[in-house]
Amino acid sequence: MTDALDRATSVLVLGGTSEIALATVRALRSPALRRVVLAARPSPERDAAVAALTAEGVAGVSAVDFDAAGTTTHDALLAEAFAGGDVDVVLVAFGVLGDQQEFEDDPDLAVEAAQVNYVGGVSVCLRAARLLRAQGHGTLVVLSSVAGERARRSNFVYGSTKAGLDSLASGLADALHGSGAHVLVVRPGFVRTGMTAHLEPAPLSVTAEEVAGAVVAGLRRGSTVVYVPAAMRVVMSGLRHLPRTVFRRLPI
Amino acid sequence: MSSKPADLAVPELLTGWGRTMPSRAVVVRPATVHDVAAALTSAGPRGVLVRGAGRSYGDAAQNGGGTVLDLGALADVELLDDGDVVAGAGALLSDLVPVLLAAGRFLPVTPGTRFVTVGGALAADVHGKNHHVDGSIGDHVRRMDLVTPDGVTHVLERGGSPAGDRLLDATLGGMGLTGAITSARLATIPAPTPWVVVDTRRADDLDVLMALMTDPAERHRYSVAWVDGTARGRRLGRGVLTLGDHASPEAAHGRTGRAVPAGVPRVGVPPLPVSPLGRASIAAFNEVWFRKAPRSRDGELVGIAPYFYPLDAVGGWNRLYGPRGFLQYQFAVPDSGAEVVRRTLERLAAIGAPSFLSVLKRFGPGRPASPLSFPIEGWTLAVDVPTSVPGLARALDELDDDVLAAGGRLYLAKDSRAVPATIAAGYPGLADFRALRSEIDPRGVLVSDLSRRLQL
Ligand SMILES: Cc1cc2nc3c(=O)[nH]c(=O)nc-3n(C[C@H](O)[C@H](O)[C@H](O)COP(=O)(O)OP(=O)(O)OC[C@H]3O[C@@H](n4cnc5c(N)ncnc54)[C@H](O)[C@@H]3O)c2cc1C
Ligand SMILES: NC(=O)c1ccc[n+]([C@@H]2O[C@H](COP(=O)([O-])OP(=O)(O)OC[C@H]3O[C@@H](n4cnc5c(N)ncnc54)[C@H](OP(=O)(O)O)[C@@H]3O)[C@@H](O)[C@H]2O)c1
Repeated sequence: MTDALDRATSVLVLGGTSEIALATVRALRSPALRRVVLAARPSPERDAAVAALTAEGVAGVSAVDFDAAGTTTHDALLAEAFAGGDVDVVLVAFGVLGDQQEFEDDPDLAVEAAQVNYVGGVSVCLRAARLLRAQGHGTLVVLSSVAGERARRSNFVYGSTKAGLDSLASGLADALHGSGAHVLVVRPGFVRTGMTAHLEPAPLSVTAEEVAGAVVAGLRRGSTVVYVPAAMRVVMSGLRHLPRTVFRRLPI
Repeated sequence: MSSKPADLAVPELLTGWGRTMPSRAVVVRPATVHDVAAALTSAGPRGVLVRGAGRSYGDAAQNGGGTVLDLGALADVELLDDGDVVAGAGALLSDLVPVLLAAGRFLPVTPGTRFVTVGGALAADVHGKNHHVDGSIGDHVRRMDLVTPDGVTHVLERGGSPAGDRLLDATLGGMGLTGAITSARLATIPAPTPWVVVDTRRADDLDVLMALMTDPAERHRYSVAWVDGTARGRRLGRGVLTLGDHASPEAAHGRTGRAVPAGVPRVGVPPLPVSPLGRASIAAFNEVWFRKAPRSRDGELVGIAPYFYPLDAVGGWNRLYGPRGFLQYQFAVPDSGAEVVRRTLERLAAIGAPSFLSVLKRFGPGRPASPLSFPIEGWTLAVDVPTSVPGLARALDELDDDVLAAGGRLYLAKDSRAVPATIAAGYPGLADFRALRSEIDPRGVLVSDLSRRLQL
C-alpha cells in the first residue's frame, strides 16, 4: 500500500533495464520502499541494474526473466510477482524505437516492433490491471510517447505502436475507475537515453530523471496523463490541429 | 435491519479518518453472529476484516480487494444492575453514553470522539484523558465475545482461563487481527451528573506545562493539555491544561439541561476541492485558543459532550484538510524520553508543519499482557498535520528514530506512514502476537491494509 505520504512500498518494472524506469525507481526510493522487481530479458545490464540499485540502498531488489513478445509467459510472471505481496506501482517501460526506413524496407521488422510495443503492452497491461483491481489499490504506469499522438512521416511505425498502447491504457484508466486501482499514462517527448543516443536531440528534450520526476508527481496527484516536459501538452495540442498539408512538411 | 440482499455486499472505496490511501473492498453487513462466522469461514484469498466507524486515521480499518464486515446490526446496549454495560461490537459509544448517564454512570474510558464503535475501541485498546488513573479500555473489560477465523465464538471472561486471557489480551490493541469482536461487557464508572468540574491552567512554555502535568497537587481523574503546535522559540510548547472530575450533584448545584446533544452534529463540513486551512489560519486559530483560555480558573462546570468531545460538534471536520488529507502522528515515550516531546514540536515547527490540534497527555502503566496495546507509562503527544507539508516524510522518519531510542512507540490506530521495522522495534511483543495469530489463523484470513503494510 502506498502510504499517506505517497511512498510506494513495492514496485514491479516491466522492462527492468530501461533508463527511464531505473530513474523512476530511484525517484521512488524511500525508507518505505521494500520490494523492487525488475522484469527483463537476462543480460549483464539487468545484473548491473540490480547491483547498482542495491548498492545505492534500495531494499529488496530482484530480477525475473521477461520477454515482452512472449505473451504466453506473462500470466505466470505477473501472478508470481503479485503473489510475493501487494504491488503499489506497475511500471510498463519496455519498448523498441527501431528505424523508420528499415521498417519500411522490411515490414517483418515493423511487425516485431509492434509485437513488443503494442502486443506485449496489451498483454501485460490487461493482466496487471486485473491483478491491481483484485487487490483494490495500486497504479499502472504506462510509458507512452508523444509520437503516438499524431503519426509523423519520420517515425509512424513506432508512433502507431505507441498510439495503440496509449489508447489501451487510456481505456483501462476508465475501466478501472472506482476499483481503487489507477492508470497513469506518461507521454514524454524526446528523452536523451540509450534509445535515442544515435539521434540529434529534438527541441524540448528531457532527461530520464525529468521523466521520473514527472511520474512521481503524477502518482502523487493521482493524474491520469502527464506530459514531459509539461509544455509538450500545449505543443501537441497545436500539432494535432495543424492541417495535414502543413504538418506533413514540418521537419519533425 | 431492513437491508435487502442487494445491500449485503457492496464494493466501496474506504479510507480512514485522515482521508488518505483509499482501497476498495466488498463491505458485508452481517445480521447475526452466525453470519459473522460464515463470512470468516468462507473468506476469499484477500481475507476479511471488521471495520468499526472508520475513526482510525490510516489504513487500519480497510482491506483492499477483500471483505470488510460492518457490524452495525450488532448494536444492542444493555445496562446491568451491577452497573456493567453489555454492548454489541457495532454499537457506537454515542449509543452508550445516554444510557449510562441516565443511570448515573459513564464510560470507564473514552477517546476524544464518541463516534467510534465498541469493537473499534477494544481493538485499538483506546485511552482517554484518565489513563494515568484508570488505564485503557482493556482494563475494564469483563467479557468479550470473539469469533475466530475457524468460525468458533469464544466467550472470553476475564480470568476464565489462561488460554482465554491470552486471546482476550491479544485482541485488546490487536487491530482486528485476532477475530471479530461481536459483543463485550464493560465496567462503568459513576457519573452522578452530566457535568464535569474543570480547572484550567495556561502555561507559557513546555517546561511549565509538563511541570503542571506531573504536579501531584494537580492530580485529577481527567487531565489533558492542548499544545499550540504553531508556537516557536520561547513559546514552544505553550498550552492549556484542563483538569476534570465528574461533578457531584452538590457541585452541579441543581443545574440541568442537555449536557450531551443527541446524535448528529448540527454543523458540517462539505467536501472541499482545496483545504482552507493554511498555515496562517491555523496559527491564528491556535493564537485565539490560547488567548481565550484563562491563566488559571477553578471549578468551571462543563457538559460531558463539550468536555470529552469538543470536535464532535462539527461533522466531517476531517474534510477541512482538503482532498489530500492529513495524518496524525502520535507516540508514547517513558518519562526519561520527555525531551522527545520538545524535539517533535521543534522539528515540526522547523519544517513549517502547521498543526491545528496537538494534544499532550500523561499515561499510567500500560498493559504488558496485550502485545500491541499502545500506552506505556510516561507521555503521549498527538499532532495533526496535513500530508502536503514538504519534508514531512523525512522529519517523521527521523522523529521515529528519536521515539524508538527513547524506548517509545507509535500508535497503530493513528498510523499511516510508519515502516515495519519501526513498529517491530516499538512493540517487543509483536513476535508473540504473530505466534498467536499463526495458531488461531493459519490460513491468514484476518488481514488489513495496515497489517500488510506493517507486516504485523
Ligand atoms: C477525533 C478523534 C479523536 C480520537 N481520540 C482518541 C483518543 O483520545 N484516544 C484513543 O485511544 N484513540 C482516539 N482516537 C482513535 C480512535 O479511538 C480509534 O482509532 C478507534 O479504534 C476507532 O474506532 P472505530 O470504531 O472507528 O474503528 P475503526 O477505525 O473502524 O477500526 C479500528 C480498528 O479496529 C478494528 N475493529 C473494529 N471493530 C472491530 C470488531 N468488532 N472486532 C475486531 N476488530 C474490530 C478494525 O479492524 C481496525 O483495525 C480518536 C479518533 C478521532 C477521529
Ligand atoms: N527515449 C525516448 O525518447 C522516449 C520517448 C518517449 C517514450 N519512450 C518510451 O519509454 C520507455 C523506456 O525507454 P527508455 O528511454 O528508458 O529506453 P531504454 O533504456 O532503451 O529502455 C527500453 C527497454 O525496453 C526493453 N525491451 C526491448 N525489447 C524488449 C523485449 N522484447 N522484452 C523485454 N524488454 C524489452 C529493453 O530491455 P533489453 O535490455 O532487454 O533490451 C530496455 O530496457 C519505452 O517504452 C520508450 O518507448 C522513450
